[in-house]
Amino acid sequence: MATTTDAGLGERDTTGSPRSRLLGIATLTAVAILGVLAFVLTEADVRIHPETGEEFGQFDAVRMLYVHVPLVVVTYLAYGICAVASVGVLVKRTPWWDVTAHTAAEIGTIFCGLVLVTGSIWGRPVWNTWWEWGDVRLMTTLVLFLMFTGYLALRRITDDPRRQARRAAVVALVAVLDIPLVNRSVEWWENRTLHQRSTLGELKIEDLTLFTLFFGFVTAGLVLAWLFLHRFRVGWLERAAIDHGVATAIVERQSETSGAEVRRSVGEEPEEGFVP
Amino acid sequence: MTHVGYLVAGWGIVVGVLSVYAVRLARRGRALSSLVPNPHRRWLEDRGVDGA
Amino acid sequence: MIGRTVRDAWLVACRDLRIEARSRVVLDQVVPFSILVLVLFGFALDADNRTLRTFAPGLFWVAVLLSALLAVQRSATLDRADGTDTALRMSGLSPASLFLGRASAVYVQVVALQVVLVGGLLILYGVDVEDPLLLVVAGLVAGVAVAAAGTLYGALASGLGVRETLLPILLLPVLAPVLIGATRAFDDALGAAAVDGWAWTGLLSLAALILTVVGVSAHGALVED
Repeated sequence: MATTTDAGLGERDTTGSPRSRLLGIATLTAVAILGVLAFVLTEADVRIHPETGEEFGQFDAVRMLYVHVPLVVVTYLAYGICAVASVGVLVKRTPWWDVTAHTAAEIGTIFCGLVLVTGSIWGRPVWNTWWEWGDVRLMTTLVLFLMFTGYLALRRITDDPRRQARRAAVVALVAVLDIPLVNRSVEWWENRTLHQRSTLGELKIEDLTLFTLFFGFVTAGLVLAWLFLHRFRVGWLERAAIDHGVATAIVERQSETSGAEVRRSVGEEPEEGFVP
Repeated sequence: MTHVGYLVAGWGIVVGVLSVYAVRLARRGRALSSLVPNPHRRWLEDRGVDGA
Repeated sequence: MIGRTVRDAWLVACRDLRIEARSRVVLDQVVPFSILVLVLFGFALDADNRTLRTFAPGLFWVAVLLSALLAVQRSATLDRADGTDTALRMSGLSPASLFLGRASAVYVQVVALQVVLVGGLLILYGVDVEDPLLLVVAGLVAGVAVAAAGTLYGALASGLGVRETLLPILLLPVLAPVLIGATRAFDDALGAAAVDGWAWTGLLSLAALILTVVGVSAHGALVED
């Protein structure tokens, strides 16, 4: 398969573009600002017990709030995009929907994994445990993560792209439809959940804390946008590379044999020197 | 600051994983771009084949 | 049209079950495997009857799910050989009836597995059945969910070289609510815990309904070309 192209270099030879670079700079800036807000400007969660006068609360562990919760939001956003795009794959069938679905699923799963990790790390100092069976949000997020891990494994198998797109779309939609069932069953299973008992409920989320959290959402959104743009372009290039590879192979094959030879080999054209 | 280890681990893992992913995406983009001739590299320029 | 679909599904189901009756793969291989799972749990948990009775519902349903995986794999292979799947597609059978027929055959096998495993629980784990009606209903309803989801993912993973390893990771997370619900229902039926088994059976019915509807709808998208 030919890998040389006579494409002009310097033009679109990366997935970047002037606007995506601007987006990248904005994203990095937002991350830096979020870091300052989360670690310097906001305060630790320190409360005084009304009776004993002791200090209690999450102390500095509360700073995990500004990374964990925004990640949760973009995870669900990404998976939501995947669900919609999967419907698009089944209904519209253009490659755009399929690349979008795959992009959203991959990024969503990375974020979902980070949600589980940051949640666990946050939970250890605050709840004294790395993991808690029976916590509704934890279980639902875990099952969601596992379902989309399966989706990505399916995606990695190379097969006819159209059928792969449809298979993956079905998996994504079943996963999304299953989530309310998972949520409901875990909720009934254990009535207590650590999430409700503490953390977000007890914190006073106001003023600078609220602003920082909100800024966290914006930052996470920018990260999602940047990653999405580039991952989409990579996905698009992957398809184009396969198509181009096939087209190139066909052209090469055709140029190896002249039309006359092909016709002779199937008995259509008289051989040279034949005189009727 | 209390819980420094947890904070470093939590934030560090997030920044680290996402940075690595971003760098790998950029590299893959560059590598793939060299395989595909120019008009077909972006969706905006070439919408692809329907029915796919 | 519904009559036609049901009749066609019946034909497919009978065919699949007839193949099983002749080849006896589920009977000879999957049923022993399910008992084996119960036995392994017994060894692993240090076989104290009280422990086993407490955990019997959960262990039962894990054994059912693992065995159902094998039954579904088997069902998905039935049509891969000799190009039968192409013949079926060209035969004019609607994807819906194909799905329903296959899923029904898998369902019969899953229920049979449950019957064997309940026997295993009674004998090997010494459980007492306090509410037989709840046990039967919950088992039948959960079986629908397992068969529907299994048949859908079996068809989905079919034709890909890695079906054996892909099917479990696709199917099992989706069946997590069924595992939770069925275990709780059996907890009530076997007197292992004070929960409302009938409420859980209601949730299982919802899961079964959703998975069946999705299976019927999605199967068309998967088998067409």
